[in-house]
Amino acid sequence: MNHNPVNWGRPSDDQYGPYNYQIANASNVASQATKNSQNEFPTMHTQQPMITGASVVAVKFNDGVVMATDKLGSYGSLLRLDDLERMIQVGDSTVVGVSGDISDFQYLQRLLDELLIEDNYDMEQSNLKASHVHEYLRGVFYNRRSKMNPLWNACVVAGFDADGEVFLKYVNLLGVSYSSPAIATGFGAYMGVPLLRQKVENEEDVKKLEKEDAIKLVRDCMKVLFYRDARSWDKYDLCVITKSTKKIEFQKGLECEGQSWKFARDISGYGLPQQ
Amino acid sequence: MQAQNTLLNTEYSTDAQTEPIEHRFNPYQDNGGTILGIAGEDFAVLAGDTRQTVGYSIDSRYEPKVHDVGDNLLLSANGFSADGVQLVKVFQNQLKWYHFDNNKEMAVSSAARLIQHMLYRKRMFPYYVATILAGLDEEGKGAIYSFDPVGSYEREQCRAGGAAASLIMPFLDNQVNFKNQMDPESNGTKRRPLKYLSLEEVIQLVRDAFTSATERHIEVGDGLQILIVTKDGVRSEYFPLKKD
Amino acid sequence: MFRNNYDNDVTTFSPTGRIFQVEYALEAIKQGSAAVGMVSKNHVVLVALKRNAEELGSYQKKVIKIDEHLGVALAGLAPDARVLSNFLRQQAMSSKMVFNRPLNLSKAVYSIADKAQENTQSAGGRPYGVGLLIAGIDETGPHLYEFQPSGSVLEYYGTAIGARSQAARTFLEDKYEEFADASKEKLIEYALTALRDTLAQDKELNLYNTTVAVVGKDEPFTIYDDDRVQQWLDLLDSLSNKRHKSSDDENKEEGEEKNEEEEKNEEEEKKNDTEEAEQHDAAQDHPESSHEGDRMDTD
Repeated sequence: MNHNPVNWGRPSDDQYGPYNYQIANASNVASQATKNSQNEFPTMHTQQPMITGASVVAVKFNDGVVMATDKLGSYGSLLRLDDLERMIQVGDSTVVGVSGDISDFQYLQRLLDELLIEDNYDMEQSNLKASHVHEYLRGVFYNRRSKMNPLWNACVVAGFDADGEVFLKYVNLLGVSYSSPAIATGFGAYMGVPLLRQKVENEEDVKKLEKEDAIKLVRDCMKVLFYRDARSWDKYDLCVITKSTKKIEFQKGLECEGQSWKFARDISGYGLPQQ
Repeated sequence: MQAQNTLLNTEYSTDAQTEPIEHRFNPYQDNGGTILGIAGEDFAVLAGDTRQTVGYSIDSRYEPKVHDVGDNLLLSANGFSADGVQLVKVFQNQLKWYHFDNNKEMAVSSAARLIQHMLYRKRMFPYYVATILAGLDEEGKGAIYSFDPVGSYEREQCRAGGAAASLIMPFLDNQVNFKNQMDPESNGTKRRPLKYLSLEEVIQLVRDAFTSATERHIEVGDGLQILIVTKDGVRSEYFPLKKD
Repeated sequence: MFRNNYDNDVTTFSPTGRIFQVEYALEAIKQGSAAVGMVSKNHVVLVALKRNAEELGSYQKKVIKIDEHLGVALAGLAPDARVLSNFLRQQAMSSKMVFNRPLNLSKAVYSIADKAQENTQSAGGRPYGVGLLIAGIDETGPHLYEFQPSGSVLEYYGTAIGARSQAARTFLEDKYEEFADASKEKLIEYALTALRDTLAQDKELNLYNTTVAVVGKDEPFTIYDDDRVQQWLDLLDSLSNKRHKSSDDENKEEGEEKNEEEEKNEEEEKKNDTEEAEQHDAAQDHPESSHEGDRMDTD
């Protein structure tokens, strides 16, 4: 009799022999090194992100889109990477801003690179627009989540669609997607989007927002996020996509300007009261 | 977070916690929203709000989810939006092959059976959606088919699906199928006889249903998209809903 | 019996650098009835002559829709065309599913060209026995391509394939400068006129043997058959081949494509037998006898 309650009700080793981890599709990498060892695991899929990137913030204006991502890669609460670029330009019509797991982001980067090369074969001219990239990513994310092996990211795809119109749409690890004049991932959805929506509640408002105001708006969002999101940073990249010039321009290594931490002293209600 | 100790307090009880706590990836999400279909004598409407949510966040105020899929058919799959989008996409794909293979339009009854198969195929990993199909039957009468996530379906006069389905359905029972309505002349002995509603009446019903659902359900609001199918084709209307 | 030692398989060159099996495959196209394609700035038109193997039989499909923006006309072995068009449909569908983007025309033709080319250098198979006209509209505008079993694809303003198609091409060469600005109706009229020029002496276009297909910038690929084709036939002043009315001996130049008539007009066949001797194609040297039995029909 095994007196350990943990083993009650379970098939005992004396009777059935040790559990064969191969049954549960044990990882082939581990099993080659240590055949029949006890520390073999069943095949594991991503259950949590490791090094992560924080919010992507993007807003439409009357002649395009402004998007920003900070340069930080966090390992839990550790500042692990300090010079990350999380916006990928795909061809001349698309920028993808990525938050979430950085290794998965880099995998996406490779996928999109290959996609662009593939698209340039046989073609008189490439025709890979933002809407196509978005649909492709939606498929990749949805298929991976359906295999219970997700790519742990939330993306914002911005650029021009097949008709040359401004395009802005979100897609995440589940394959969930939506479009909106103002989109942000992660904490940006809580603290950035309300600020953006003050200016652009709907497509009508988009027509009234000038480029300079849109840039200022996004920069303000990045500042507020730096104030309040512990996993964000005050150094970031910004991208401006302009319809009239058909240009995609990056401003890299920007910093949050005009920070004021005066508000901080008044914050209370967390942890022990300050003396 | 410390795992809750559900074991008896024995000298072995701490052993249980040496096993890793498993956090499973959840492949589903509730994206809120509500859809509603009503069939008339020679028309059918399929309506849905345009809000997409997750938790308490409004992701988008305008992400339409009722689709004109061709062949005078309207389709919407409400619930987990990624599954909804995929279902509609796969359906449209199948419809195209149906045209190649059969060289004719797909009847609404055939579309309904096809959707059943598409849903049941994923019986063990379902599309997490309430699905409604609208169209005109072989006699030209309005038809609404409603489906559960794993494909059981029936033809009905009306059906609400999604977040506020339980708020809207009783209202529809009363207003479309005249449930609990009596003929005033009969002194409560005879039920009010059924009759087809006009398109105007139906659109007013749909608008009332959604305004009320918007008041009572946080995941419903922003905009109301109504698609109407008649023998002359599909037309669409949009009405704003409260954004709070 | 064998005059040619270099046509037993597709992997052997003749000393003059030809691959006879591929050339025979090109001959199969000529056995099929004609198909004509033309492009304007906004439209692409395909028209084709359908055959019925027997008086009581149905007419063979000549135009196949691939997607909303794309379709093909065939001349040659119809079953081979089915295989190719099914493949194209899959390509179109996957472009739609993966990118939500209509399949690019040049991508489409190169995808089947690659399949065809494989068959020209692998043993144990045969080349496709069908030529296609691929008509469609993509982000770069309207296009017309010709596909051949050799794996070559070329883009055209207007072209024709199949039996006696030279007559149609002659007409198109004469008129091609007017195509670009032509309206849809004018384009169809030109195409039908070209098709009419391929007709045999005793034949005329009618709503049963004519197929018209159009795709436009804002107009999905539509095939007109039977009753629906009458509106387009009405554009023509005459439904029979005018050249035959003017001079009878003109059809001699089309001698090498006379096989269509074999099935129907034995007399004429014999009249032309003298010319036949000049041809190197072994298959064509045995006209009737072997054909009646088990040969694959071409359309």
